[in-house]
Amino acid sequence: MTANDLLIKNARIIDPASSTDETGDILISGGVIKQIGPNLVGPALKTIDATGLIACPGFIDLHCHLRQPGYENKETIASGSAAASRGGFTTVCCMPNTNPPMDNATTIDYVKNIATVESPNINILPIGCITKDRAGKELSEMAEMYEAGCIGFSDDGSSVNNAKLMALAMETAGSIGIPVIEHCEDPNLSRDGQMNDGWVAARLGLTGIPAAAEESIVSRDISMIEMTNAKLHLTHISTKGSVELVRTAKMKGLAVTADVTPHHLTLTEERIISGRTEKSVSLAYDTNAKVNPPLRTAADIDALIAGLNDGTIDAIATDHAPHASEDKLCEFELAAFGISGFETAFGALMTLVHSGKIKLNTLLACLTYRPAKIINFANGITGGIKQSGIADIVLLDINREWTLDPESMLSKGKNTPYSGQQFKGMVVATIHRGAIAYKDNSIRIS
Amino acid sequence: MALNELKTVAAGQETLPAVSIGQWRHKHVLDLDDFSREEINLIFEITDAMVEVLARDVKKVPTLRGKTIATMFFEPSTRTRASFELAAKYLGADTVSLDAARSSVAKGESLVDSLRTLQALEVDAIIMRHPCSGAPYIAAQNLEISIINAGDGCHAHPSQGLLDLYTMRKHLKDLGGKKVVLVGDIMHSRVARSNIWGSRAFGIKLILCAPPTLVPHGLKQMLVKCGLDHVTIEHNLDKAIENADIVMPLRLQKERQQNGLISSIRTYIRQYQVNSERLERANPGVLVMHPGPMNEGIEISHEAAYSSRSLIEQQVTHGVAVRMALLYLIAGGKNR
Amino acid sequence: MTEKILLNSQDIERALVRIAHEIVEHNKGAKNIAFVGIKTRGVPIAQRLAGIIQDMEHVAIPVGSLDISLYRDDVSSLSFKHVVQQTYVPFDITNKQLILVDDVFYTGRSIRAALDALMDLGRPETIQLAVLIDRGHRELPIRADFVGKNIPTARTEEIKVYLSETDAVDRVIVVKEAGKNGAE
Repeated sequence: MTANDLLIKNARIIDPASSTDETGDILISGGVIKQIGPNLVGPALKTIDATGLIACPGFIDLHCHLRQPGYENKETIASGSAAASRGGFTTVCCMPNTNPPMDNATTIDYVKNIATVESPNINILPIGCITKDRAGKELSEMAEMYEAGCIGFSDDGSSVNNAKLMALAMETAGSIGIPVIEHCEDPNLSRDGQMNDGWVAARLGLTGIPAAAEESIVSRDISMIEMTNAKLHLTHISTKGSVELVRTAKMKGLAVTADVTPHHLTLTEERIISGRTEKSVSLAYDTNAKVNPPLRTAADIDALIAGLNDGTIDAIATDHAPHASEDKLCEFELAAFGISGFETAFGALMTLVHSGKIKLNTLLACLTYRPAKIINFANGITGGIKQSGIADIVLLDINREWTLDPESMLSKGKNTPYSGQQFKGMVVATIHRGAIAYKDNSIRIS
Repeated sequence: MALNELKTVAAGQETLPAVSIGQWRHKHVLDLDDFSREEINLIFEITDAMVEVLARDVKKVPTLRGKTIATMFFEPSTRTRASFELAAKYLGADTVSLDAARSSVAKGESLVDSLRTLQALEVDAIIMRHPCSGAPYIAAQNLEISIINAGDGCHAHPSQGLLDLYTMRKHLKDLGGKKVVLVGDIMHSRVARSNIWGSRAFGIKLILCAPPTLVPHGLKQMLVKCGLDHVTIEHNLDKAIENADIVMPLRLQKERQQNGLISSIRTYIRQYQVNSERLERANPGVLVMHPGPMNEGIEISHEAAYSSRSLIEQQVTHGVAVRMALLYLIAGGKNR
Repeated sequence: MTEKILLNSQDIERALVRIAHEIVEHNKGAKNIAFVGIKTRGVPIAQRLAGIIQDMEHVAIPVGSLDISLYRDDVSSLSFKHVVQQTYVPFDITNKQLILVDDVFYTGRSIRAALDALMDLGRPETIQLAVLIDRGHRELPIRADFVGKNIPTARTEEIKVYLSETDAVDRVIVVKEAGKNGAE
């Protein structure tokens, strides 16, 4: 297997799982890490000089949308994977709101097969629907989907509104041993809502989605954990109140985990007014900042960051949601919700590290072994760098400055609020099972 | 007649000093938060001239001769549309009017694409009304052509805000410190929002009076964030209109009751209807305005609407003159 | 830049008195005369002329003011040296001998715009033109009936009229660019 043999020289190796942070080489052979240490030598191998770079485990994304089957104009598994690799991800979990939705073993198989053929450069782990057709009426064939390889269940895009049905789902998934991943949103409170229900919505004349729409479901689901013996994972929480509810639940020892997106950590609702490019009008009504749950306030961001720092929030997941340009170039009310997030995730998150708000180690932990833990280290994915582990590694240059040009994105979806933004911190190479899935032009292989 | 007396007679209006503000720098008319007090005063000076034109037998000047003004209304409207079209015609422009229901939009064409067609036809300005807040801002960011906002969703109605201010100024002269009360569905009212910005320019004390369910949750914070300390929110109508100079009820749509935003129309009438008895108690000299169209018997009583306090008809006349002034500023001149 | 005073207060007054007499003579009296001054400085000149004639003939002469901004053909950009002000002609111009009054007569385009404006206001029996200064360089076939002073100028020069009603002083000056000797 010489194709997957690689020597990474002189990297700063950070492995949050083992609290390692030291300089050294990584020798990879047959897709597996053979040795870690200083001054390694191998047979005539491809070598990457990683001086000045960080080597850490490949990122794991608990929440993304690859749009295939059904919405191939927005993204395909192939284009999404290329974008994910560029973002430093070696494993992604794809949500089932496809068309047809992934609510049975056949569709799960379909996605896995396409992934194997078209995206060998990344692990794609499917998430199955909680309810048939995501309609919230009848539970899907959860056990069969688990056997076909799904690593969690979610009706993402919606909550399961019927509490009794949700409790049954939690109980079933709990007995199988994989998490129920809930998108928390009470549709009655959020009806017609376009953005956060605050001063910006009043300013722009748009209907708002109140924090209570999320918090009421967070609270409801947490209260059902004990009786259902479930592993509950709350995805993309966005409010101060949600953080407090999760913190209290964890203090009680309840089996709840949570993730947050890079955009909810770095952008407020005001981005909708200001837009990102040179503006010719006073209110941009920037649809690229339209996302669900919506961008909130500075106070919410502070609470989310505190939640990351004290472990209340376990992981960071992108909620990568690509859209075609016509779905965003229209009236704000008619625009689709979603941000194409793979390729900006690391750069955006590094702004928090550079400004001292979170430590690099915490950030990397939230992208590597902590999400791996939430999905029970499925498929041997550890989110760590260790000898005889799978060689899923990402090389980072945390000081590299770059500017985002949406047209150069590998995702089909160019819908990003970070257009034209300058970042400091970039993924320069992504290695999956020893093969180079993505590399920046600055990386030379000898 | 002595020369001095002649001067007074001949000068007519007090001689206005020529306001030298240099170039008019606005390409669009989107909302009143974009205009300074000096710019609004400039608009009003031009409006005065247009009022005179409207008083003539032949209501026509050649100022916009050879220009084409397109109106694109994605939401039904008779009065505003007629007002804008007449304004354009009185200035000598050609007009073309698109009704969204029968246009390409109904065939699924996007907003930007259908406006781009008008741009390709080289019209000089587009007047648009749209049910979605922000639609004219999207248009302005994606097109080269001037956009005049005739009302977007719940967000803004700048020409209405201007004609309201102009009418108030005609009657109250100095607007500083005067008390103006808007009553009704503030949450869904673009007229209220434009009046918030317009009234700030003139030091008006604006009171928004509505039941709590018809006030947007974020409004209080918006007033703070945007430095709008001339605005207060009051839920009790009698308290709000005490010593008011102007009371302006806003149209209440029947759907609000169906959606649970008010408990019943009868209660609304009892608590919030602007009628003559209420007005008399609050301030015998108070004047009444309404942006139209009125639901007589609901937010405003018939007698209040047609009493001597009512400035409603004047609002309509001033509306044409204000819109003529805006068209002059946006579409006047060569080769923009 | 150099400035030179062409007319002082007395010169202006004498010119206006002479024009007033010419107007009365041409129209065989003051019956049916009305003045319309073009804003801004045509208005005080019209008022002064009307005053002089009133004193002579003891009859009231109506004076109106005309804003021609809406009729101009030369607005290439919207710089508001000319803010649109109100036209105020509070009498019927139809069947009158209407004297149109302006301070400086140059290309003739302002007068053309004024004629269009007057047509929209009514149908005078005659329209006659009285100007304080005629500086030449006509671009349209329009002539003045009554001229205060003929002052040939170069195109690079500027004639400025100051009147006490608007500028606190009565004076007409010519402004030349430095280094130009006024040769055409």
